[in-house]
Amino acid sequence: MPSYSTNEFRSGLKVILDGEPYVIIENEFVKPGKGQAFNRVKLRNLKTGRVIDKTFKSGETVEAADVVERPMQYLYTDGEQWHFMDPETYEQYAADATAVGDAAKWLKEQDVCNVTLWNDAPLLVTPPNFVVLRVVETDPGVRGDTAQGGNKPAKLETGAVVRVPLFVEEGELIKVDTRTGEYVSRVKE
Amino acid sequence: MAEEAPRSATAGAGEDWRPSAAIEALRARAEILRRIRAFLEARGLWEVETPVLSAATATDPAIDSLETRCRAPGAPPRLYLQTSPEHAMKRLLAAGSGPIYQITRAFRDGEAGRLHNPEFTILEWYRVGFDEHALMDEVEALVRTALAGHRELPQRPFRRLAWRAAFAEATGLDPLAAPAAELARLARAHGLEPSPALAGDRAALEDWLLDAVVVPALARGGPFFLHDWPAERAALARLRPGSPPVAARFELFVDGIELANGYHELADAAEQRLRMERDRARRRRAGRAVPPVDARLLAALEAGLPDCAGVALGVDRLVMLALGARSLAEVIAFPLPRA
Repeated sequence: MPSYSTNEFRSGLKVILDGEPYVIIENEFVKPGKGQAFNRVKLRNLKTGRVIDKTFKSGETVEAADVVERPMQYLYTDGEQWHFMDPETYEQYAADATAVGDAAKWLKEQDVCNVTLWNDAPLLVTPPNFVVLRVVETDPGVRGDTAQGGNKPAKLETGAVVRVPLFVEEGELIKVDTRTGEYVSRVKE
Repeated sequence: MAEEAPRSATAGAGEDWRPSAAIEALRARAEILRRIRAFLEARGLWEVETPVLSAATATDPAIDSLETRCRAPGAPPRLYLQTSPEHAMKRLLAAGSGPIYQITRAFRDGEAGRLHNPEFTILEWYRVGFDEHALMDEVEALVRTALAGHRELPQRPFRRLAWRAAFAEATGLDPLAAPAAELARLARAHGLEPSPALAGDRAALEDWLLDAVVVPALARGGPFFLHDWPAERAALARLRPGSPPVAARFELFVDGIELANGYHELADAAEQRLRMERDRARRRRAGRAVPPVDARLLAALEAGLPDCAGVALGVDRLVMLALGARSLAEVIAFPLPRA
């Protein structure tokens, strides 16, 4: 198995600890003048999202995780699994609810997501930063009031609920930032 | 055939021709260097210069030297970039220099990070007739002079704690008596997870707990000195008999950052040779490069090193503390990635 020595540690590196895939988010070199050197590392578990601190003796090696991230087109869900296709190889991958997590509420067929694969199986699905979705349910709009503040909940075609300005109508398309879950703008068809 | 370097050593250099430190930071640095020289000159020390490139180097078990070669006639087969000017300055002391100081570059292989650059500026000075406590007084005065007007320090004298007592105060454990498993448990109680290789190495665990638990806890009370280090951490300090014997060594920490390391210097040539051989054996076992014994330092000690205390202080770190910087890159014009 390929491995990394502590002097190759940097943020973004994917490694295996206790059989779980992690990504290094911070790496600090620590060395008392006359003492031994260490690497104090913050890592995020790629399956659970949990962040841990760990300290290694400098010179130790850690197994590399076969983790890659690829853009993939979302095809459909059968209720238990979400199916994606690599647009370059046409190979299909099925992700379970753990891998899809919160991304599920933003997934629209044909949209391109980032899928993280570990040993060739989907580990994590990241939706596009911005998605355009249709409003399927919201209170009637307030005309001539586009400048004023105030907002209301709107249900989108994927099931997500976001706060939108009062002038947004049912049936309209809106752009949403999936990282914050916030409304960005209306989109003309 | 001579090796040819690639046409450009720096891929896609872009903006990295610029200094990583602000020009104002570099001017403040120059001013701090002037203050240091004025402080030491006023106290009767004189500035010396010794080679950066030498036939011998430190044998410290955990310090790696950079090596190079030189084709000049009479040059030794292998040369080392100094890890500190200690050996050469002791040769001057043995030759009758009296109190001396030096501001120079030191090099340590493999050390790079927020608080480390493989090439760094070191201030080292020696006081004939001082013991480590007298020198701690002077280190404190110098640090106060250098930082004056830049940052506040508590009025009361810096705290002085023995290594063992400091450990006990911060952790409730006696580091000399506690088994390694106990030290590993203590680390976990602080949310620090040692790798298995670290958990099984007692000396490394102590180093690590000192850095991660003891120093941060004590740093809340202001700058402090740790003195009376365990005998196996004596480096080049003399040992004071007792049970157990302790090393006449101290370190200064400011804001939890290791700033200076000093000794009541070991003057016994036979003991010095023994320590070097022990260090070399440890390095051999650990698979690290094994530099030769510095025969000229040993000869100088045999000729007679005056009773003295000496200290090395990290100048880049001192400037960093003065300016409230978070990393050395903010106070070094061109740290290694830009050098």
